[in-house]
Formats: sequence, C-alpha cells, structure tokens
Amino acid sequence: MPFLCGAHNMPAMSEQALHILIIDNNQLRASIIEDGLREGARVRVTVLGETTELLRRISEIDPDVIFIDLENPNRDVLEHMFEVSRAVKRPIAMFVDQSDQASIEAAVDAGVSAYVVDGLKKERVRSILETAISRFNAFERLKRELEDAKTQLADRKVIERAKALLMQTRGMSEPEAYTLLRKTAMNQNRRIAEIAESLVLAAGLLGGEDDK
Amino acid sequence: MTDSICEIRAGFIPLVDCAPLVIARELGFAEQEGIHLRLSRETSWATIRDRLAVSHIDVAHILAPMPVAANLGLGPLQTEMLVPMALGTGANSVTVSRELWQALSPHMDAADFDAANALNALSHVVRDREARSQQRLTLGVVHPYSAHHYELAYWLASAGLIPGAMIDLVVVPPPLMPAALASGQIDGFCAGEPWGTVAAAEGNGVILTTNAQIWRNSPEKVLGVRRDWAESQSDGVSRLIRALYRAAEWCDAEGNQEQLAEILADERYVGERVERIRPCLARSLKSADGASLTVEGFLNFASKAATFPWTSHALWFYSQMVRWGQVEHSAQRAELARGTYRPDLYRLALEPMGIELPSANAKVEGALRSETPAGSRLGQLRLGPDTFFDGQVFDPEQLEAYLAGFKAKDSQW
Repeated sequence: MPFLCGAHNMPAMSEQALHILIIDNNQLRASIIEDGLREGARVRVTVLGETTELLRRISEIDPDVIFIDLENPNRDVLEHMFEVSRAVKRPIAMFVDQSDQASIEAAVDAGVSAYVVDGLKKERVRSILETAISRFNAFERLKRELEDAKTQLADRKVIERAKALLMQTRGMSEPEAYTLLRKTAMNQNRRIAEIAESLVLAAGLLGGEDDK
Repeated sequence: MTDSICEIRAGFIPLVDCAPLVIARELGFAEQEGIHLRLSRETSWATIRDRLAVSHIDVAHILAPMPVAANLGLGPLQTEMLVPMALGTGANSVTVSRELWQALSPHMDAADFDAANALNALSHVVRDREARSQQRLTLGVVHPYSAHHYELAYWLASAGLIPGAMIDLVVVPPPLMPAALASGQIDGFCAGEPWGTVAAAEGNGVILTTNAQIWRNSPEKVLGVRRDWAESQSDGVSRLIRALYRAAEWCDAEGNQEQLAEILADERYVGERVERIRPCLARSLKSADGASLTVEGFLNFASKAATFPWTSHALWFYSQMVRWGQVEHSAQRAELARGTYRPDLYRLALEPMGIELPSANAKVEGALRSETPAGSRLGQLRLGPDTFFDGQVFDPEQLEAYLAGFKAKDSQW
C-alpha cells in the first residue's frame, strides 16, 4: 500500500492503517464506499456481502471500524456480538461518540450505521465516517436518478399509447391527442402520465385494447 | 372526530403482532381520531431504536423490554422512552430442528406443546450430549432485550440448562430463523409468528412449545414512544392509544380473522403467504405429528387487558436483566424500569371512552391459575391465567426476594 503524502496526513504516518469492514449486500454501493475510503486516508478495507457466518468472519477480520447498511437485518446480530464479546477481541461502540448527535443523525439519514473500536482517536475516525456518509448519500442520489430515468421512460411509453388510442378512436391528430391529455391533467391537477395510464387501463377494461 | 389532524410516524417489524398499527391505518381507526398515521417497515430492532433516536419516527412497535433497557442506558444510542400501552400478548413459539426433535421425542409422552414435558426431554438430550462430549446445542433468539430471550432463558434455567454454560443462545433476525434452522446453524429458535409456522410448513422445524405455555398471557410487544415527543404531544398520544385500542379489539374478533390475515400478508406489512399467517390468528399451531392444536391464550390483541401496560411486566423484565448480568440491581434502577411503563397515560386516554380498565397498575404475576374476575371500573374484567410453567410467582413488591431466589438457584448448578 502506497504511503500518502501531504501535510494533513503527516500525523497519521506513525499510526497503523485502520482496518475498515464494510458489510453490505449491495456490491455496487460497497465498492463506491470502498473507493471513497481508499482515496482519503491510509486504511485497509474489507467488504463482506451476504454471509451466514457473519460472527466467525468478523472475528477473523478483526476490524477497527465497521460500516453496515441500516437496512441490513443482521444489525441485531452484530450488536449482540459486541455485547457478549466472546467473538470480538476488543470492545466496540456505536459511532464515534454517543454525544456527537450531529454525526449520528447524518449517518442514520444516509442509511449507514458505524461501529468503532473503543479507544480510537476521534478525529481519525470522524473523517472516515464523514467519507462513508457522503458516499452513501452519493449512492442514494445515483439510485434516485436511475429511478427517475426509469419512470420518465415508462411515462413516455404510456403517453404514446394513450395518444395512439385517442387518434384511433376519436380520429384526432397527434398534437390534438396530446393537448387533450395535457388539458385533462391540468384540470384534474394530476400528471399527464397518470391520465394516460387511466385511459389505457379504461380502454383495456372496455375491451378496446387487448394487447396487454 | 377531533378538530385538528396530527401526523404520527410509526416504525414496525414485519411480525403478526404489528397488526393493531396496520389495522389502525388501513381501516380508518387512526383517521377517526384525527391521526394521519405513517407506517415504516423496518428490518431490525436496532434500526427501530436508531430511527426513534434521530426522530425519523415518533413511536414504534417494539419488544416489550427494549424501552426498559433504553431507560437503563443499556446498549448503544439510548433514547428515553415510555410505554403508554402494550400491543398484545403471546404469539411466540419455540421451534426445533427435525434432527433435535428426533432426539427429544423418545423422552416425551406427547407432542402437545407442554412446556414442562418439553423441558424434561431437552434436559435429557443436553446432558446426554455433554456426557458424549458433543457440541452444545445453539438456540436462536431475536434480541438480547426481548421477551423471547428472557422467557426462553427462564424456562431453560429452571432445569439447570444455564445459557452460556449448558446451551448457547445467539441472536438471529426473525425472518432468517427458518433458513438458519434448515442450514444447521442453529438447533432451534424462539421467535414470534409467523416464523415457527413457516419453519414447520417448510418441513425443517417442529414446534416444541410456545411462550404461552411457559408464561400464560405473557407480554410481548409494546408501543414505544420517545419521551420528548410524548411530552410535547400529549393529546396525540391519547388519540393514538384510542385508535390502537379500537384496532386491537377489531383484530381480536373472530369474524375478522380472514380479512386481517389478508391485510397482513401484503408486501408492505408482514409479506408472507396468507396460509402461513392464518394459523397464528386462529391460535392453532401444527404439532410434530402434523395435527393442528389450539393453544389456549396463544395470542391476545385486546382481550384480558392485553393492551394494558402493567408495571409488573416492566419489573419482571428488569428482574431478568439483573439475573443474566445485563444490569446491576439498585433501587433507583428498579424505579426507572417501573416508571417506563405508564398506565396513567393509558387511563387518561381510555377513561373517557367508558372502557373497562383494571383498578391496579401492577399484579402479582403467576397468581391467577385460571381466568378470574379482576378488580375493575365496571366490574366486568376477567384476567388470567397468568401462571409460569414452574408454578413460581412474581410479586413486584417483593423484588429483592425474587432476585435473591434466582441467585441462590442459578449458582447451585
């Protein structure tokens, strides 16, 4: 592993690289976080996906910091393990500091939970936590953009079908059909795609369209 | 109908006993109280706790001992909570693998879920395995601060099967229990329905006993409320209690079972096949020989004061936290535990409705051997049985003696 240069990294030079474990069933998100963490600090990163042997794997990996997706049902397993502590060699606490309400809120908002070995210097962990949070947020943004794009595509398709129906059954031109859809949507305070969907559905029920 | 609308955000875990929250929303009981109830389905108790802590949600369907643990400062990220009402009793089972069942069955007279009978067989098998230096049995529980954990440990320890010494307990998320059982990762588990029924239906599990047999009409889930929210929204808390009370009554009515099963089966709620939810609602479970057995008092949503937050329940959980070393006993901590459950808020909300309410806030747990008329406002309340399978009683006024009894008993093994 290359040693990083730059003044802000100097104090960390004498310290051992932190070993970070990311537990995430979503491989894409895990790699986005992993990249972010590797860029910023001198760390070792291990990623763990779906496993039935979570406890054994964690005790082998022996991490300093654990990030786990908030939606992962194994969080209860993890916390119990820290409590009985036979499997982990060192005591682990949640987040950097219980009193640090702002980081906790930011983490939960982003959908990530962090567990940190006791005794680590706060400032070392905090920057790592911040990176993880921002990467989680970036992933969510990406996901949302993708979903929006999908919805847009689906919207366009259904509007095309509704227009075709109107052109067929009422002998309208394409611009006329679109205008009617748009006006109806405005009057009812709904999206054009919703109106188009209702129309396609109604036509299907009336037997006017049986290609579905 | 109340004049103003308030929005309440509630978290829940996909289990049959989340029903009162779901029904309050789906069938308009919340709306009738002027509540816009937003539900969010969560995947772990840790996430429920965290979302309460950062105010993503205001209230939650939560394991009955968790708010007590939170107020005692146990576990990470504690938030002060209070419990203004309970969300029913029972609905748990102890399910074992086919393999373990085969070892147990020669020691059992009948596959009738009897807790003493089952424990006797388990004790034989555990000691037999020890004599042959075989690996210890491992049982799954859903959380260290759960009724499942404390009742299972209570049951096991009464035969000297001390958790951690004779048998291992591990935490497994409820929906993953059947798979963990099938893969041999655990030899059995104690979890809420539908997971026992799912494991039995898939052919990997056998229902051995139920929590209703270990402790009759025992507490299970409660409504956990963030204290600061409750203090700023006292009217909202009252309205929510009324809506959930009506919903719980609806859930208990026999004629509503089919509709309830269908609503719960929905992906947004429990998300399991409807035929795996029906047995629990019919209070009927599949025994080892394939017969469906009705379990008296397996589940109560509303009847027998199932929504009343008895302070004796809070203190019983506290006594088990002390027993298993999760917290050190002090009079002050016991008081914190007791004060977590708030029958005063329950009464405040329901008294104006002319509903039957118990006269006392606590009872001697295990004293009612059968269904008995209880002291109440209108004189129509019937409670119990509330016996422990070993016949012991817990008098909340005699906490010290109860704790001392465990100390003497657990150290003799």
